Amino acid sequence: MLAACGTDEPLTTISPRSDVAGDIQGLYSLIFWAAVFVFVVVEGLLVYAVIRYRRRPGDGIPPQSHGHRLLEIGWTLAPIAILVVVVIPTWQVIFKTADAPDGAMRVEVMAHQWWWEVRYPGLGVVTANEVHVPVGSPVTVQLETADVIHSFWVPRLSGKRDMVPGRVNAIWFTPEATGTFLGQCAELCGESHANMKFQVVVQEQAEFDAWVEAQRRAPDPPQGLAATGASLFLSKGCLACHTFEGTVALGVIGPNLTHVGGRSTLGAGMMNNTPDEMARWLRDPSAVKPGNIMTRDGAMYTNAALALTEDDIAALAAYLGGLR
Amino acid sequence: MATHAAAIPGVTERRVYSGVMGWITTVDHKRIGILYGVSAFAFFMLGGVEALTIRLQLFAPEATLLSPNTFNSLFTMHALTMIFLGVMPMGAAFFNYMVPLQIGARDVAFPRLNAFSYWAFLFGGILLNLGWLGGAAPNAGWFAYAPLTSNEFSPGLGMEFYILGLQVLGISSLAAAFNFIVTILNTRAPGMTLLRMPVFTWMTLIIAILLVLAFPVLTVGLIELMLSRLFGIPFFTASAGADPLLWQHLFWVFGHPEVYILILPAMGIVSDVIPTFSRKPLFGYPVIIFSGITIAFLGFAVWAHHMFTVGLGPMATAVFAGSTMLIAVPTGVKVFNWMATLWRGSLHFTTAMHYAVGFVALFVIGGLSGVMHASPPVDSQQQDTYFIVAHIHYVLFGGSMFGIFSGIYYWFPKMSGRMLGEGLGKLNFWLVFIGMNVTFGPMHLVGILGMPRRIYTYPEGMGWTALNQIETVGSFMLGIGLLVFVYNFFLSLRSGAVAGDDPWDGRTLEWTIPSPPPEYNFATIPTVHSREPLWDQKHPELAHGALPSISGGAGDDEPVDPSTIHMPNASYWPVVAAFGLALGAGLMIVHPAYGAVGAVVALIGVYAWAMEPSGPEEH
Repeated sequence: MLAACGTDEPLTTISPRSDVAGDIQGLYSLIFWAAVFVFVVVEGLLVYAVIRYRRRPGDGIPPQSHGHRLLEIGWTLAPIAILVVVVIPTWQVIFKTADAPDGAMRVEVMAHQWWWEVRYPGLGVVTANEVHVPVGSPVTVQLETADVIHSFWVPRLSGKRDMVPGRVNAIWFTPEATGTFLGQCAELCGESHANMKFQVVVQEQAEFDAWVEAQRRAPDPPQGLAATGASLFLSKGCLACHTFEGTVALGVIGPNLTHVGGRSTLGAGMMNNTPDEMARWLRDPSAVKPGNIMTRDGAMYTNAALALTEDDIAALAAYLGGLR
Repeated sequence: MATHAAAIPGVTERRVYSGVMGWITTVDHKRIGILYGVSAFAFFMLGGVEALTIRLQLFAPEATLLSPNTFNSLFTMHALTMIFLGVMPMGAAFFNYMVPLQIGARDVAFPRLNAFSYWAFLFGGILLNLGWLGGAAPNAGWFAYAPLTSNEFSPGLGMEFYILGLQVLGISSLAAAFNFIVTILNTRAPGMTLLRMPVFTWMTLIIAILLVLAFPVLTVGLIELMLSRLFGIPFFTASAGADPLLWQHLFWVFGHPEVYILILPAMGIVSDVIPTFSRKPLFGYPVIIFSGITIAFLGFAVWAHHMFTVGLGPMATAVFAGSTMLIAVPTGVKVFNWMATLWRGSLHFTTAMHYAVGFVALFVIGGLSGVMHASPPVDSQQQDTYFIVAHIHYVLFGGSMFGIFSGIYYWFPKMSGRMLGEGLGKLNFWLVFIGMNVTFGPMHLVGILGMPRRIYTYPEGMGWTALNQIETVGSFMLGIGLLVFVYNFFLSLRSGAVAGDDPWDGRTLEWTIPSPPPEYNFATIPTVHSREPLWDQKHPELAHGALPSISGGAGDDEPVDPSTIHMPNASYWPVVAAFGLALGAGLMIVHPAYGAVGAVVALIGVYAWAMEPSGPEEH
């Protein structure tokens, strides 16, 4: 699908690219091999018994054994021993990964049905569905929700953590490789739960700094078709829900669109950010993402007088695509 | 409606009906057991159709067979149907039919309450499913996490069907649980001490106690959810100062013991089946019993492992990780004891034995994957992925359902008087065994590759497509295997070989009486002297003591005249009371005040029930 993800299995849980995900993977490996050991022993004995003790013609009544105290003690202690091997590293990883190291960069993510609002306090950057972080330094992600419970999950960088109303949760990790990593909401959150994705872009520090700089700068003023789109943006009512910094559009219901053209995906990770896909989205957001409130509440979809023509859509797509 | 006359002068006729009215008014634990079993299997097949529809949608990326909301309803109803309407009542079918036979009783302690439990289950199950008709089947998951279940995020009536359907089912389960606790504690045959009870009866007792302790917690949660939806009382609303995690705690304090409510019947069944077909006593009987008790006890101390990702803090997380892993000890002990029972036995591979050994093999896999996500860091990757779906199906299908199928093949001859076909039985077993592994095995892999649960669609290029296609093929194989069972069932009912009293060389009391048993079960209540009375009677040379293993029982010389045995009247009032309950719950969905209509019907039923004579009366 999204070329940017760069792996055949973009959500794989066993190919970690951060310290925390690596610790989890190490623990999983340990328990996996312990389980394989138990599996082979138990199923092996079971298969052996099934073959060896199958009733054959002429077999009499077998010895009527009722139990054996030492055996019982033995196979009570054996699982305990295996569990000790598993539980101690478990506890170690729990406490090791509990709190972020001092000085970790803070990113705030607020989940909405069905997209992610991303803020960088201190840097003055607001974006959506795309988290940029520098490689090699710890980052703590503060997790909140605006509506129902969601769960923030980027398997190659970290385990998941729920976003629960009334709570501020956090996860942290130190990315160990650059690249784009897919994230996905992992708690049923309604109709388009399946369509609630995002990306974490891990960059070299210099690239990250350049990205921050670009986010803080106003996009180039629109020209030609894009300028038509800019005026449509205001006249069609988009501003009621979307913020476009530097204009009168300060809506906070939908994603901040100030630099939407610079993002790699649209609709919370649903499609690549191309003019065609932008047009498809504008034509009928619910057809792309069922249950989407833009179709329900957006003036251009509810008020026939404001309905978008194909020309309007082309102009808006040109305008939004140019907001880099 | 024929009535038989009791043959004792001076005693009123005992009221019994025949035909359909006979089934509706029955208070006979065996007929109620059959009603439970047949209804539960019908619901189980409905849940299976829901599952196959889900598998069709997931066969290919970007499939458009189902809308997202329909998909969400299907997985919600699949879980609710399988758990509350399939597996639990199939367990109840065996509690009903077998427990009185295993403990040498004539019926359960409260026969009419037993009928009420069944009808409340049936009507509650229908109520839960009625949402489909109005396009309002619940779709927020069987766990129904707040605040997705609030009016704001779940408009419509789906959650009302969920709340009120489950409340009716809860009342049914609680009534049955109290009934079985009293039955098992108070109506055992003379000499049957607690540690001489068959393991299935023991597990029934443990499950009944679990139900009594766990279900009220869900009841409280459901009442709070109902009040918040109907009257806006913000039990789970963060902005009003409440906490949505309250629901999660309540739900899982119920929900985890519920898992053991689902698996312990199967453990009880295989603990009876394996010794019979190994021709050996159960190895470590007291240890198996104490392990069952330990599992049930620990079941109340592990609920938060369903909540490892909500942010409980490292200390609570570490404690619940430890308590969860501890469960592996008593379960492991049980597995080793079953294997020791097989060891040096003389194993007879009937279909029942296939399913019992299949249970052990598959349950071990489910147990081992369970230990993986008992570790919270690992769980933070596996939670809400298909890895968990694989785990629960190895435990609930490979575990619970294999145990139940083992029980069906084992006890069908006792219930029907005919053998359940072994040839078709083996075909049924292998199709189900292979189909189940092809369906749920790849889910481990696709979960490790990050496929989340409860997504109605997925794009290409995730590494999931081929695995999903294998799963769907497996699920249809599983479905065909179940149809073979249904065919075998009806064929055997009509033309199966006649079973006789003791077709399996059984060891416990139920095999001492005719198949199917007479209404009064035991002509004379037996006196029990050992844990495996029938076996010891057949093989006195192997028994420990010198005492006869059963006295005064079926083998006794002086049979009792059955017409003098005191048995309860048939009654239609339990049906009326249960119908009133479900009617009231259903009408509450329309308007809370209309519930009063059902309450009146239920009260009439309860009043008439209390006033009618429970059995023949002397003048």
